[in-house]
Amino acid sequence: MNRSYVGQSVPRNEDRRLLTGQALFVDDVQLEGMLHVAFLRSDHAHALIRGVDVSAALARPGVAAVYTAEDLGDYWRPGPLLVPPPPVEGLTFNEATQVPLAKEKVFHVGEPIALVVAESRYVAEDALADILVDFEPLGAVVDPEAALAPDAPILHTQFGTNLAAHVVQGHGDYEQAKAEADLVISRRFLYDRGAACALENRAVAARWDPKAEELTVWDTTQAPIPIRNGLARMLGLLESQVHVVAPFVGGGFGPKIMMFYPEEVLIPWVAMKLGQPVKWTEDRQENFYATTQERGQVHDAEIAVTQDGRILGVRDFFLHDTGAYDSYGLTVPINSQCTLLGPYSVPSYHSEFKAVFTNKITVTPVRGAGRQHGVFVMERLLDLAARALGMDPAEIRRRNYLGNEAFPYNHQIIFQDFSPLFYDSGDYLPALETALETIGYDSFREEQRRMREAGRHIGVGVVSYIEGTGIGPYEGARVTIDPSGRVRVATGLGTQGQGHYTAFAQVVAEVLDVDVEQVHVTTGDTREFGWGTGTFASRGAVVAGSACHAAAQAVREKILAMAGRVLEAVEEQIELSDGHVRVRGAPERSLSLGELARMANPLRGAVKPGTEPGLEATAYFGPDRGSTASGVHAMIVEVDPETAMVEIKRYVVVHDCGRLINPMIVEGQVQGGVAQGIGNAFYEKLIFDDSGQLLNASFMDYLLPTALDVPRVEMAHRETPAPMNPLGLKGVGEAGCIPTGAAFAQAVEDALPEYGLEILEIPLSPNRLFSLLEDAHDH
Amino acid sequence: MTSPVELSVRVNGASHQRSVEPRLLLSDFLRHELNLTGTHVGCEHGVCGACTILMDGEAVRSCLIFAVQADGHELTTVEGLAAGDDALHPLQTAFREAHGLQCGFCTPGFLMTLIPFLRDNPTPSDREIREGISGNLCRCTGYQNIVQAVRLAAERMAPEATP
Repeated sequence: MNRSYVGQSVPRNEDRRLLTGQALFVDDVQLEGMLHVAFLRSDHAHALIRGVDVSAALARPGVAAVYTAEDLGDYWRPGPLLVPPPPVEGLTFNEATQVPLAKEKVFHVGEPIALVVAESRYVAEDALADILVDFEPLGAVVDPEAALAPDAPILHTQFGTNLAAHVVQGHGDYEQAKAEADLVISRRFLYDRGAACALENRAVAARWDPKAEELTVWDTTQAPIPIRNGLARMLGLLESQVHVVAPFVGGGFGPKIMMFYPEEVLIPWVAMKLGQPVKWTEDRQENFYATTQERGQVHDAEIAVTQDGRILGVRDFFLHDTGAYDSYGLTVPINSQCTLLGPYSVPSYHSEFKAVFTNKITVTPVRGAGRQHGVFVMERLLDLAARALGMDPAEIRRRNYLGNEAFPYNHQIIFQDFSPLFYDSGDYLPALETALETIGYDSFREEQRRMREAGRHIGVGVVSYIEGTGIGPYEGARVTIDPSGRVRVATGLGTQGQGHYTAFAQVVAEVLDVDVEQVHVTTGDTREFGWGTGTFASRGAVVAGSACHAAAQAVREKILAMAGRVLEAVEEQIELSDGHVRVRGAPERSLSLGELARMANPLRGAVKPGTEPGLEATAYFGPDRGSTASGVHAMIVEVDPETAMVEIKRYVVVHDCGRLINPMIVEGQVQGGVAQGIGNAFYEKLIFDDSGQLLNASFMDYLLPTALDVPRVEMAHRETPAPMNPLGLKGVGEAGCIPTGAAFAQAVEDALPEYGLEILEIPLSPNRLFSLLEDAHDH
Repeated sequence: MTSPVELSVRVNGASHQRSVEPRLLLSDFLRHELNLTGTHVGCEHGVCGACTILMDGEAVRSCLIFAVQADGHELTTVEGLAAGDDALHPLQTAFREAHGLQCGFCTPGFLMTLIPFLRDNPTPSDREIREGISGNLCRCTGYQNIVQAVRLAAERMAPEATP
């Protein structure tokens, strides 16, 4: 009997621990003699530090130590550049990376200046109030456009400008396309900042064991192995002396991969310095000030189309607000630049962006990672063009999709993985038709009219997107048959709720034909597996899943070879099923995998030269290029023009992430992504005042969608296999939130045709929508 | 610092006597004094609901209560939900089967909110379920599968199938 697990909605192996309160999260780490850390953070967005007086804090009972930048000595140095700029010709990049503690100047509210180590977090926070900082406030740069004004205060004075980067990419001749076009639409689009708001805040705990000469660090990171490597380098230790554990992590969404946050640099250092275990856990308010954020782009974009709605070209200039530092390189704006092209044929494209420094929290990828900005701009341009041409919004998309014969398709620009932007495969038109059919697009106009007669305003939005997923460089996995007969899998990724303990188990269980619950997966523990990069760019299942598959295949070969020797049969006669090997036709000649594993690790005799003990294999997967997921979102909303409240009546997602490992998990990712997208579209906006103060740094003021705000997402899957990996997988983690804002805008406009509304910004809110309606009314 | 105060509580059926600072939050007491780390802290200002526990059978936010206020009360945390090591409470089983959790950080708070909710309303409508959990934030699931899990649990926990 061959078990089929890949493609099945297997309940998750990790759930029992999470449901019973037995799963370890970093803040759960409790060690004998543990001290607790609190950070003193800047109240100013932009200021010089004239002096820091920690004497009163040091004198407070229960305080073990207080450190400022001065105390760090040679350990104080700017963090590494996480992602260097991609190889784009003529690119400008001014590198400014964060420091462990601010020394002479602070660049955003919340930047750490000092840290207190105390017997409890309560005492540590008391002592923060004892520290005196002499600030000399400077003018703050908040608005990304104002950042480039000639009289703007300069953040990083060594550059003489707030320009962080300038990148021009494109193909074809846009000016020519524009000259030939029947219609040119140009608009300014805004996409403002939001926060990832994982429910678990960040945390780091560290213990130095002087006898073992070993540092153990528990970190809520999405990238435990790079953290280990960096810490070893900074602390002058061997990588083998640093053990990083990312246990259960309570949501990642991008910001938990920012090597290195100051806290990640400092907590291990303090543990070594004091010879005592130390822990720091971020509180929610700190999370708003100290954890990286995303969004904040201004696009001046233009589309040139023919009378029949065909795209001739797109031109886009945009400003990208990178915040105080640009340590994550250009991943976010490059994603925006590339993803704008969507599933469409765009014969000419000119895209130019400037990233600017502002006195705000650093920008790094948050779920979607800039893709939603590109999608918003393109989809809105298509909507506006369709409106001007009197064409149905679905029809203009239909006319511009890349046909299936186009793949692999090269857009001739560079993607975030430094490879040309290649679409490996896709099948776009059927996804659109399925979405239209599911939402009842054809009959909707009739219903809309009926509702309108009853004084109600409903509208529909349908948008497309693609998502570059599953990029390199590589991940690895080790698969071992345990002498108990259970199967152990270890991979270097961290996990933040994606179901890796189950999805990887399914891949391995299918290859080895064992019960999926008998496959024990470890992720995020550098002792268990020490090679890899991390969880980002919707790549976990694709890249690590493929590595698990390869390692399991290699173990399968070892099992068959060894069983052939032991059972005295040719390999072809050996049958592997149900956790046993058997000789075909002679069921009495059978061994369990556990027995075989014990025989593979003998106490006497010899393991033959050229072979290895045990039933174990390690394999790596490194795709040249990512795989391109795609889909269509459709939604029906009802808008009350009096209150500007929007109710989502229906939400349909037709999604193509290649072959599904576990449809239940995939659907969960999509539903959760849509919820985040709805938040970005209508609830969540970080509001900074002119001095760079964040005005809504709490869950009272920054609204996450609740169960009353998120509808059930109706889903259909299409499976266009990825040609670049053996299982045909594409990533899915970010898809749900990428086109949501664009769908929302189209649907709201459609609900209120008489206003002639143009929604050119995200996020909206009832207030903002109300004022847009007022403006439209006045015109 | 104020001098410690004596505190006596029953948590998941076991009695605990401790001497604590008056300002110690109940959430910190449970997590750090009693090592019951299944109760999670997501915002410490009463919005996210991750720290929800039962006090005398009712759902409360342990981040908004001082430990000393629990003196003499009976508390239940997520660790006390299942009957034994191998067993799961029907609500926990339903969460697993309906995929009502992803990262699982908010999950204990949802479970503890739902225990009195289902006791008071054993056959809730979807709307009632959504209202019932609207004080708990989840960033991963988009809530749909949580609603599904509650429906499943309600069906199974109903004393007799209601007509």
